[in-house]
Amino acid sequence: SDISILSLQIRFILLQNRQGKTRLAKYYVPLEESEKHKVEYEVHRLVVNRDSKFTNFVEFRTHKVIYRRYAGLFFSLCVDITDNELAYLECIHLFVEILDHFFSNVCELDLVFNFHKVYLILDEFILAGELQETSKRAIIERMSELEKLE
Amino acid sequence: MEQLKTIGRELAMGSQGGFGQSKEFLDLVKSIGEARSKAEEDRIVLSEIDILKRKLLEPDIPKRKMKEYIIRLVYIEMLGHDASFGYIHAVKMTHDDNLLLKRTGYLAVTLFLNEDHDLIILIVNTIQKDLRSDNYLVVCAALNAICRLINEETIPAVLPQVVDLLNHHKEAVRKKAIMALHRFHRKSPSSVSHLISNFRKRLCDNDPGVMGATLCPLFDLITEDVASYKDLVSSFVSILKQVTERRLPKSYDYHQMPAPFIQIKLLKIMALLGSGDKSASEIMYMVLGDLFRKCDSSTNIGNAILYECIRSISCIIPSPKLLEAAADAISKFLKSDSHNLKYMGIDGLGRLIKISPDIAEQHQLAVIDCLEDPDDTLKRKTFELLYKMTKSSNVEVIVDRMIDYMISINDNHYKTEIASRCVELAEQFAPSNQWFIQIMNKVFEHAGDLVNIKVAHNLMRLIAEGFGEDDDDADSKLRLSAVESYLQIMSEPKLPSLFLQVISWVLGEYGTADGKYSASYISGKLCDVADAYSSDETVKGYAVSALMKIYAFEIASGRKVDVLPECQSLIEELLASHSTDLQQRAYELQALLALDARAVESILPLDASCEDIEVDKDLSFLNGYIQQAIESGAQPYISERERSGMLETTDYHSQDHHEVPSHALRFEAYERPKPSSLRTQASTELVPVPEPSYYSEAHQPISTSSVSERESSEIKLRLDGVKQKWGRPSYQSSTSASSTPPQAANGTSSHPDVGVGSSSLKPRSSYESKKPEIDPEKQRLAASLFGGSSSSRSDRKSSSGGHKPAKGTASKPPKENPIPVQPPPDLLDFGEPTATSVTATDPFKELEGLMDSSSQDGGSTDVMGVLYSDAAPVTTTTSVDSLLSELSDSSKGNPGTYQSQTSKGPNSQEALEKDALVRQMGVNPTSQNPTLFKDLLG
Repeated sequence: SDISILSLQIRFILLQNRQGKTRLAKYYVPLEESEKHKVEYEVHRLVVNRDSKFTNFVEFRTHKVIYRRYAGLFFSLCVDITDNELAYLECIHLFVEILDHFFSNVCELDLVFNFHKVYLILDEFILAGELQETSKRAIIERMSELEKLE
Repeated sequence: MEQLKTIGRELAMGSQGGFGQSKEFLDLVKSIGEARSKAEEDRIVLSEIDILKRKLLEPDIPKRKMKEYIIRLVYIEMLGHDASFGYIHAVKMTHDDNLLLKRTGYLAVTLFLNEDHDLIILIVNTIQKDLRSDNYLVVCAALNAICRLINEETIPAVLPQVVDLLNHHKEAVRKKAIMALHRFHRKSPSSVSHLISNFRKRLCDNDPGVMGATLCPLFDLITEDVASYKDLVSSFVSILKQVTERRLPKSYDYHQMPAPFIQIKLLKIMALLGSGDKSASEIMYMVLGDLFRKCDSSTNIGNAILYECIRSISCIIPSPKLLEAAADAISKFLKSDSHNLKYMGIDGLGRLIKISPDIAEQHQLAVIDCLEDPDDTLKRKTFELLYKMTKSSNVEVIVDRMIDYMISINDNHYKTEIASRCVELAEQFAPSNQWFIQIMNKVFEHAGDLVNIKVAHNLMRLIAEGFGEDDDDADSKLRLSAVESYLQIMSEPKLPSLFLQVISWVLGEYGTADGKYSASYISGKLCDVADAYSSDETVKGYAVSALMKIYAFEIASGRKVDVLPECQSLIEELLASHSTDLQQRAYELQALLALDARAVESILPLDASCEDIEVDKDLSFLNGYIQQAIESGAQPYISERERSGMLETTDYHSQDHHEVPSHALRFEAYERPKPSSLRTQASTELVPVPEPSYYSEAHQPISTSSVSERESSEIKLRLDGVKQKWGRPSYQSSTSASSTPPQAANGTSSHPDVGVGSSSLKPRSSYESKKPEIDPEKQRLAASLFGGSSSSRSDRKSSSGGHKPAKGTASKPPKENPIPVQPPPDLLDFGEPTATSVTATDPFKELEGLMDSSSQDGGSTDVMGVLYSDAAPVTTTTSVDSLLSELSDSSKGNPGTYQSQTSKGPNSQEALEKDALVRQMGVNPTSQNPTLFKDLLG
């Protein structure tokens, strides 16, 4: 369970619903399958019952999970314990804004049926665990170019 | 009629269904979504796996179908099932010429495979080919895959092409090439060490996205080697200045802040460059000051930047003005209602407190609120702050709080951490030894299984050595109080093993020393321990050794020893123990009971655990005995060195010996064919006495060879880090320690010179009521933590004398393994000048030139205006634009909550259609997940 390779890198991104079903999971560090399931289970347990007034940050093993809930979905990022929590919280929001834009008023169902497209959007946003592009417009443009091919 | 309806619906949706997938797939997703239990879900997935296995075997699968199968495989895997049977099809799909299929193939393999998977070898070729493609989307797909799948061995295969792509005409490609190169640098720094100048070049790329991406690798490089990048300080500052002046295209704005994520990265880099560098720091003052003024503290992102500024200021050498601005920002955070901001505020305090120690005082009540908050994250952050501001005047309050919290939690990871912090603070600032022992007892009682064994040995040493001054009376009082507290605690059920070891040892050494408790009382207690924890051999070993000491002291003082019946039965039980260690101890105890007082006294002298034992390595005391033996005809001892010459011949003989019985039937199993071990067996057989390498143990009267104790003596020898904690500077020399292990007489090792001092108990500053409306309890706590805001200065001054000097003097950037830059391997003939090119072509000279010229022209340094002109081609439709502005409009306002869009906006029609479609397909919000249709940003 070595998820502490380098700092300043996002370790993984999870989208889970309240029941703990994984809607999307992207790992930027190599983990065993069984370890991934454990991580998903633990993260869901950590965030699902937290009071909405509480901080959006939870310690997770030797790292920190920054999470945010949108409707019935939890978006969780695992980052280094000393990194800028608020910035990652806004990262999540930017990602949701991009999704909202792409799917026009995104809802959980869009992500359920189009999870492969969500992965593609994510690949334009974060690459190798680092923020690659922070312009919503640049990402939307790239995606619409890809969509044209469909 | 019903049937007709169903048919009509299916016809309407066609085989492609709603979301571009087949009905089959939508049904799968739907049934998974509606599964009532994990078991039901598993059943559905297993049958889907069967279907896919079958379908993938069919010949001539249409490509479109294949693409869907691959997506279904991804889905299965996402649900936690194994889809490895289909990996090969995903790999094959990456070879396809159709971009859509290729992209799906790449997506699947990046999700399926780790970089060391066997199938990667089948993809590398495709990646190489795709990197050369004319279609930049193909190149992008390949670069995405590289960032996930290429490992150290495959880097050389793609490196030249990735480097070429740094100059690609499409910014998206340059950006991904930078990220790929960055990843190579992380995977194997030596493979790209000759290429790092490229990162500098790309910093002045005319696309802000590429520039922003370049900051990631530069951050890593600067972390590894700050000195080489000092020349970039003014460049980074200038970029940050221009970003804050909104010179980047508006599309990088987020909630009205100009390119905030780029700002944050720049601030992180500046923190590294300005650390401990006055002149570099001074260059940054201006832009940091501007940021504090400009940042919108009503949005999350504005506060994220403010927080990053605070971090930077705590790293660089700050100006008083900046410190003040940072303190203001922190106090705004702390006054906020948002838990997130409070958290940032507490963290900021912890960072600034090492620069201005008084900063926490004005926020004492806010800090206490956070400490008592039900949110564990906030609470722990506050404990971290308290840990940083502990001094001898508040150590008791802080450690008490920490222990209460430690007892209340179940999370072992954090329990361990907080326990070790309690120990550290107690060792450093303990006002008295009594208090120290009390704290240790609590830590052991509640987290004994989690603390380092070293802690136990430090405690035993403290009790054994006492104050270190020749104050025997105080020492024996300390021991008596320890013994008393242990006798009380012992009756509690289920104590941690380590704690029982300490208790047993202390009772053995000092249980009867004061004469308050009788030998039979103490020995009865020890038997109880051995009995109650009968499965713990280490504890039993400690208990038996303790019993032995109790009896030895009795015998030595001439009293008659009555072995209690339960002790007797314990000894008998252990005589037959499976553990040789316990057996040994039991036999020794039995033997000791039969000895006379004089012998016993020399074996186990009273309170001698701190005495040194002189180890006579030459065993000279046996000389007379040997002499006698030789005179009566015994063979003299031949040392191993002298013997080695004879080995060859004796080996021969030994083989003969072995072969003799081989003619007869052998009943025992054949030995494993291990030629080397056979040889050593043969040779040891003829070497009568091996060199006594274990002399230290063998020489001891009582064996203390249980594993933990041996470990302890090892740990004992390394006293680094412990030395200043207790009183006067302690003896610390690893070389002498390793040459003569200081084994102590009574079973634990100890250091002769480690003194134990005591810091005198500082009077706690008394509670003074300042604001009557505040809970007096809370105020009392504040006063004891912070020394009270109105308590006399002199009091604080005296206490600050006990401040840990070593802590936090150097600001540490986030931990990262420093990776030594090695010379590039000669694997690739790259034809590019190596590191020298860094200085040869400095991109910033060009940038500065650009700035100069523009300033001459227009009188302003509008580089960004030139580089990132806002007139970039906008291909998105107007509706996207309007939504963009709508989104950013809707999201300004109070932080944390984003106002809902009351209208569905220009896309309400689409949303309605979508809703209708899925309902038509039978996907309705169930009781399980009623929010399935809810807009996420609603």
